[in-house]
Amino acid sequence: MKVEGKRRLWQDYQKEVAEDKFFYVRSCIRQTFFPGSERAFIKIIGTELGKEINEDPAHTSCTGIGYHTDIVPFETTQTVVARQFSLMTEAGLENYVPSCITSFGLYTEILETWEHFPLIEEQIRENLYKATQRTFNKPKNLAHASDVIFKFRHEIAAKAKHKLIDVHTGRPLRVVEHIGCHYSKMFPHKGIGGAEYPYVLAGMVEAWGGEVIDYPERRHCCGFGFRQYLVQANRGYSIACSQKKFESMQPYEPDMIITNCPGCPMFLDRWQYVIGEMEKVAYGPNGQMIPVFTYEEVAGLVLGYDPWELGLQMHQVNCEPVLDKMGVQYDPELKYKGSKGEFLGVPAIPEFLKCC
Amino acid sequence: MLKRHVAIIGGGISGLEAARVLSKSGHEITIFDAGEKLGGHVAQWDLLFPNMRKSSEILTALLNQLPKSIHILSKTTIKNIERFNGYYVIHSDRVENVLADAVLFAGGFDTFDAQRKEEYGYGIYDNVITSIELENKIKDHRFITAQGTKPKRVAMIHCVGSRDEKVCNNYCSRVCCVTAVKQAIEIKKTSPETEVFCFYMDLRMFGRHFEELYREAQEKYGIQFIRGRLSEASEAQDKTIIVKAEDTLLGKPLKMNVDLMVLMVGMELSKALVPLVEKMQLEVGDDRFIMPLDEQLYPNQTKKEGVFVAGTCTGPKNIPETLNDARSAAVSIMSYFDQLSNKN
Repeated sequence: MKVEGKRRLWQDYQKEVAEDKFFYVRSCIRQTFFPGSERAFIKIIGTELGKEINEDPAHTSCTGIGYHTDIVPFETTQTVVARQFSLMTEAGLENYVPSCITSFGLYTEILETWEHFPLIEEQIRENLYKATQRTFNKPKNLAHASDVIFKFRHEIAAKAKHKLIDVHTGRPLRVVEHIGCHYSKMFPHKGIGGAEYPYVLAGMVEAWGGEVIDYPERRHCCGFGFRQYLVQANRGYSIACSQKKFESMQPYEPDMIITNCPGCPMFLDRWQYVIGEMEKVAYGPNGQMIPVFTYEEVAGLVLGYDPWELGLQMHQVNCEPVLDKMGVQYDPELKYKGSKGEFLGVPAIPEFLKCC
Repeated sequence: MLKRHVAIIGGGISGLEAARVLSKSGHEITIFDAGEKLGGHVAQWDLLFPNMRKSSEILTALLNQLPKSIHILSKTTIKNIERFNGYYVIHSDRVENVLADAVLFAGGFDTFDAQRKEEYGYGIYDNVITSIELENKIKDHRFITAQGTKPKRVAMIHCVGSRDEKVCNNYCSRVCCVTAVKQAIEIKKTSPETEVFCFYMDLRMFGRHFEELYREAQEKYGIQFIRGRLSEASEAQDKTIIVKAEDTLLGKPLKMNVDLMVLMVGMELSKALVPLVEKMQLEVGDDRFIMPLDEQLYPNQTKKEGVFVAGTCTGPKNIPETLNDARSAAVSIMSYFDQLSNKN
């Protein structure tokens, strides 16, 4: 593997990301899957880095899942997205930052459609006005939230309390990076590093001291891929996709997985448990699993945030092996307590897989 | 007959052959070439299809036939060509400008930059090489992997940078199919125990004896041809390359590990020629090669009076086609000179 070859390619896939004044839109599903991630993003960008970040509670789903499963027609989707843009416009902002990868892909697709077919844009503007009396400006800058963290990765590294380094051995943690398919596979030039060798997460890992693993099935879908999962009969295919990835990455002995999509951490995390219990196989060392994180969670750990505030207790795969390697202090007693100290309940212990 | 001066841009085989024919007819010739030695791409090749002849034989024959009166300006970059008082003034990085009655663009292709097919990992994976590199490996008796071992399995990927909308090259580069067959046979001759797999879309064996060579590759050497375009390549931990494709004859996806993956790179108009072509406002086709005045009737003339084309600057060609095209261009130039003389 020639890393300089990758670096040469990365030069071709640079992307402009706004410096400040972000209009942030949350994902439909991430707050359920990994509830601390979006909160961590706002804290990092707003409090930690001192940037202006705004939200609007009136914003809705972008309809991405409905669109990709052929439930919502494209015209409807575009009109809903046009309404989101109108919220940004009304807030006096122009830098649009979606939390969700599917939303990011959809916004990119719609903006490209409007660029190439201006009459469609006119029609959507008319639809929106008739339905809501709203008008909108298109974003001056559209960046996924992981692009924003990537942009400020060195600033985060400068404030780091912990690095992606095993404090006991000094070895960089081996990290599998997995981008969501809709981040750059549809529009490679809209993603940092392109589609074949994406750099958005790899750049964070490098900046925070870790080592990126390049394994053969790194391009493969995590197993979410809507039709594989949403159609119940296809779920065997979904789990097979995840299994293919785990088997491919296992020989490289990764310490952790980092992702930037709502579905990827969910499926890489949950299916790992399912495969383990069904097949009696563990992809991590000593009968354990490979911890899976969102990039906000990793950034939060690097900045010294409390792992339970980041919501890491909501993961199926225990995160403690990575916390121990990074030297993160945590109170095991607080793991299953809510923010007000209430007991949240403890998950059942797996039959085959080993927990901490 | 009035002695005229022709400036030939390119010292590859088309430039050499055109120079020979024009010089024999008594015209003064200057060959401009960016390289140190004449011969272009053929000089960098070892064996030729379909008869496994040494390329150096062709080149030596062409060079030996070249009259001594020809001016050769090697290591010379042309900056501009201007029309002045019925002549063409060739400005180069040399001190003196050259005045010519006609200009011949002779040849001028680059092999496709395989890094643009990112999914194949050229320049990233250690054991992904181009057909040019394989030719040199075999010539230099270095048919080994990056780790120094003899390859047990080799995949040859056809149409890299050709017939590919993704890289904006819809055309066929014509010589890559038969080159793959030739190189696959050379691999088997060098290392009989090595398994060779050719991944192709169509096998375009258009030339004389090409089909026979293809049959020989299968029947005598056991080379396997799989109809299917590669979807992606990855590097395994042991540095072998994992290739994924669909065998479209069997209708099944296919995945295999190979020790070496060879990319059969196609042709594109030389990047070095592009600024000159633009400055002279020569017409180019949607394949970005130079358009002649008429593809059927006047394949060596351009819309610019006194500017002619030969060889691969008008599209991919093999050696016999290139040499014939050069001769044809020389005849067109002589005919143009006759017209000029008749006018005067």
